[in-house]
Amino acid sequence: MTIVQFLIVGAALFSMGLYGVITRKNAVLLLASVELMLAGVNVNMVAFDVYLTDQLHSGQIFTLFIIAIAAAEVGIGIAIILMIFRNRQSADVDELNLMKG
Amino acid sequence: MLFAVDIVSFADWFKEAANWAFLIIAVPTLLSAWRTVSSSNIVRAVLYLVVSLAGTAALFLMLGAAFVGWTVVLVYIGAVIILFLIGIMITRAPLGMESDLSHGRDVKTPAALLAVVLFAVITWAVVDAFGASMILPFEPTSTSDLANILFDRFVIPFEIVSFVLLAALIGSITLARKDDGGESE
Repeated sequence: MTIVQFLIVGAALFSMGLYGVITRKNAVLLLASVELMLAGVNVNMVAFDVYLTDQLHSGQIFTLFIIAIAAAEVGIGIAIILMIFRNRQSADVDELNLMKG
Repeated sequence: MLFAVDIVSFADWFKEAANWAFLIIAVPTLLSAWRTVSSSNIVRAVLYLVVSLAGTAALFLMLGAAFVGWTVVLVYIGAVIILFLIGIMITRAPLGMESDLSHGRDVKTPAALLAVVLFAVITWAVVDAFGASMILPFEPTSTSDLANILFDRFVIPFEIVSFVLLAALIGSITLARKDDGGESE
């Protein structure tokens, strides 16, 4: 196994997540695309952890932290989407144009 | 020359059995990741995300990171996906095909271009830097080692993360609570 093959999978997941973040209009699917980006980062972290034979396993520990933060982020995100949906009857981010940017 | 280091030859790469296992895991992972961002059915998109995350968990297992892999299965596939499905159902998105989930071609084309350029740049950078570097044979990471490190060297970040989770829990309850029923106290 080379390390490059894992890094390329991570890069592909990250790029597809970026594409989803830009193109999706539904707020829930936008969060799902962010999860894809985080999954790509996680693959990189664990691959480098194994490649460098880190005694402290920092890559794996930080992957655990990323997973925990991502879970918190999704919880808050879904709650915010729910609140927006109650106020505006839509989960479409393009309709959130209150600030008229 | 495009790359500064030697790149492992494809013939040698395919001789190793682990690489076939890698392909069997990585190809479905990437295909379902693509369907996650492109599917026009909102429930399907989230269910494809399950396959994609299960693929990353399998990659972690392949790298000997068993605890991280099973954590991904428990937290992502067990909990986060359920949150997504609840979010979809609460926002009452139609369950059939829907054309209104993504932007049109005017946004998709530059986004695809940006994603491809980003992927090409990252790939060029890592191949240039690591080329044929092999992952040497390794011992699977033991969960007790990981626990010793987590509760010794990383104990303060761990506690901070638990506070973040607590704050997220309270915050999402506060945000999602219905206020129209009058004060309960």
